[in-house]
Amino acid sequence: MSLSRIAKSLVVAAAVGLSGMAQAIDITGAGATFPYPIYAKWAEAYKASSGNGLNYQSIGSGGGIKQIKAKTVDFGASDKPLTKEELDKDNLVQWPMIIGGVVPVVHLEGIKPGALKLTGAVLANIYLGKIKKWNDAAIVEINKGLTLPNQDIVVVARSDGSGTTFVFTNYLSKVSSDWKAGPGSDTSVKWPVGINGKGNEGVASYVTQQAGAIGYVEYAYALQNKMTYAQMKNKDGQFVGPDDKTFGAAAANGSWKAELGFYEILTDEPGKDSWPITGASFILMQKVQDKPENAKAALNFFEWAYKNGSKSALELDYIPMPAAVTALVINSWKSQIKDAAGKPVY
Amino acid sequence: MDAVIIPFHQAAKTDKMTNHDQKSPQQPVNRSPKERLYQLGDIIFENVTRFFAFLVLATLIAILISLVITSMPSLKAFGFGFLFSDDWDPVREQFGAMIPIYGTLVSSLIAMLIAVPISFGIAVFLTEMAPNWLKRPLGTAIELLAAIPSIIYGMWGLFVFTPVFSEYVQPLIIGTLGNIPGIGALFQGPPMGIGMLTAGIILAIMVIPFISAVMRDVFELVPAVLKESAYGLGATTWEVVWKVVLPYTKTGVVGGIMLGLGRALGETMAVTFVIGNAQRFSTSLLAPGNSIASSLANEFSEAVGDLYTSSLIELGLILFLITTIVLAIAKMMLLRLGRMEGAAS
Repeated sequence: MSLSRIAKSLVVAAAVGLSGMAQAIDITGAGATFPYPIYAKWAEAYKASSGNGLNYQSIGSGGGIKQIKAKTVDFGASDKPLTKEELDKDNLVQWPMIIGGVVPVVHLEGIKPGALKLTGAVLANIYLGKIKKWNDAAIVEINKGLTLPNQDIVVVARSDGSGTTFVFTNYLSKVSSDWKAGPGSDTSVKWPVGINGKGNEGVASYVTQQAGAIGYVEYAYALQNKMTYAQMKNKDGQFVGPDDKTFGAAAANGSWKAELGFYEILTDEPGKDSWPITGASFILMQKVQDKPENAKAALNFFEWAYKNGSKSALELDYIPMPAAVTALVINSWKSQIKDAAGKPVY
Repeated sequence: MDAVIIPFHQAAKTDKMTNHDQKSPQQPVNRSPKERLYQLGDIIFENVTRFFAFLVLATLIAILISLVITSMPSLKAFGFGFLFSDDWDPVREQFGAMIPIYGTLVSSLIAMLIAVPISFGIAVFLTEMAPNWLKRPLGTAIELLAAIPSIIYGMWGLFVFTPVFSEYVQPLIIGTLGNIPGIGALFQGPPMGIGMLTAGIILAIMVIPFISAVMRDVFELVPAVLKESAYGLGATTWEVVWKVVLPYTKTGVVGGIMLGLGRALGETMAVTFVIGNAQRFSTSLLAPGNSIASSLANEFSEAVGDLYTSSLIELGLILFLITTIVLAIAKMMLLRLGRMEGAAS
C-alpha cells in the first residue's frame, strides 16, 4: 500500500518535472551585431517573466542569414533586409524588429554637437573625395554663421561589413547618382578615399584622433561618447537633428508591406521630421517549421518584445517599431509560418 | 684557462668510451617475458607518436583541400587575375587580392627589418654581456611580452602609439626622408598616424619577444669551449658573436626569424587596428593599406553571397601558400648555407 503510494507520487513528480522542462524552451537566434544589446536586454527580462531563455549569438548579419538558411537556429537577424526573391528562394519570412539611426560625426575645433549642417549631396561628395576641405563653398553655403577652417577633411568609414555601412551607403546612393554609379550600397563597399576603422569604436577613435575627420556611427554610440554630430537635410528640405523623435518619424513614414517581406530601408524617407539615415534591423524565420514549439516560443518572445520592450529600447537609444507596423507583423505570422503539416504555428 | 682544458679531456675520454662500446660484440638475444612486454610497449609508443605526427600532416592537407574546394567559385570566376587585380568591390562582386597581398608582405617586411636587428641585440646582450643578476629578470620580461594578446598591442597601437607617432614622428619623417628623390615616395602624404608603417612597427614590437627568446636560447647552447677559445686567441666580443656564436647557431637563428615572420604574416587584430584597412594601392608607407588577415577579420562575418565568401577564403588560401613559400625559402637557404660550408672545408 505504502509502496505503491510512493511509486505513484514518484511518477507524478516525474511527470510534473518533465512537463516543467518541456515548457522552458531555449530560443536560439544568430545574426546582426547592431541589435545585440537590446535583444540581450529583452532576453533577460523575458526570461524573468516567462521562464523561456533566448540564446542570441551576434555573429553578424551574413552569418545570421547563413544560419537560418541552414536551419541551425530558430531565427536569424539581419540589418540588411532580404528582397522578396531572396526570401522565396530559401522559404523565409522576414519582419522589422527594431529601429536605429546612423549619425555623421565630425572632429572640428570649436564646433558644437548639432551645429554643423550637411546635406546628402555634400556628404556624398565628401565621401567621394570631391569635397576635400572644410571651407569648401558647398559646406560654407549651408552653414552661414559658422567659421569653418581651411582644413583637409579626413574621411573615416567602417572597415568591417556592417548594417551601419549598409544604411549609410544606401542613403548616399539615394541622394547622389555619382555614389550610386560609383561605390554603391552594401554592408561593405569600395571606399574611394579615407581610412577605415573596425566597428563603431574604430570609427569613433579615428574621428576623435584625427583633426578635421568625418565619420558615421550608430546614434547610441555618438550619444554615449559625446561626439560632435551633424544635422542633416531630409527629403522635405528640413534640417533635422538625430533623436528618437526624428528616427520614429522616419519609421512611421515607411511603407511596410507584409507581402514583400516588409522590405523597406528607412533612408531618405519623406516627412518634415524624418531623420534621413535611419534603418531597421530584421528578423528572419523559416516558413515551414520542423520544431513548431520552438517557433511558437520565438514568436511569443517577439510579440512580448513589441508590447513590453519599448521602454528598455529607448533606454538603450534604439527606437521601437511603430504600433501600427507591429500589428501588421503579428498578423502576418498566422498566414506565413506553418509546421510541416501546414498548420499555422502561431 | 684551466677551465678550457679540462672539458676537452673529458670530451675526448667520453668519445673513446662510446667508440669502444660500439665495437664490442653484441650478446645473443634471449629476452625474458618482461623484456618482451617492454618491447611491445616500444612498438605501441612508436606507432602512437607516428600517428600524432601524421595527424599534423593530415590536418594540414585537409585544410588545404577544404580551402581549395570552398574557394572554387572565386577561382573559377577570376582565375590567376585574382592575384594581380587591385579591385575589391563587394557591391559589384569584383574581387582581387593584390592590395591585401602587398600589404601583408610589406608590413611583415617592415616588421622584420626592425625586429631582427633589435632581437639580435637583445639576445647578444642577454647571453654575452648582461651581468648575471640582470639576465634572469630581463629574460623573463621578454618572455612575458610574448604572452600579451595581440588585441592589446592593437589597442595600445591605436590609442597610445598612433597619436604620438602622427604628432611628432611622422612630420619629421615626411620632412626629411620624404624629400629624398626615389625613396621619398615611400614617405609622403598627410601624417595620420595609422598606415602600413605603423602596422609594421607594431608587428615588430610583437615579434621581437619571439625572435629574441629563440635567439637567446640558441646562443646559450654554444659550448663555452668554442667561445673561450676565441677569446683566448684575442677575439673581441663582437668577433666572437659574429664569427663563432652566429655560425654555430645559424639554423636556430633563422628558425627564430621564421617563427617571427610567420606570426607577422598571419597577425590579425593588431594590424586591423592600425593599418587603416583601405583597399587602395599607395606607394607611401604612411598611407592606409590592408592585409590578408585583417581583410578576413573585417569582412568575413558580414559577407553574403558565394562569390564574396569564396573570394575571402581564397585570400586565406593565398596566405597559406605565402607562409609555405616563405618557410620553404628559409629551409632552402639553410640547406645552401650547409652545402657551401661543406665545399669550403
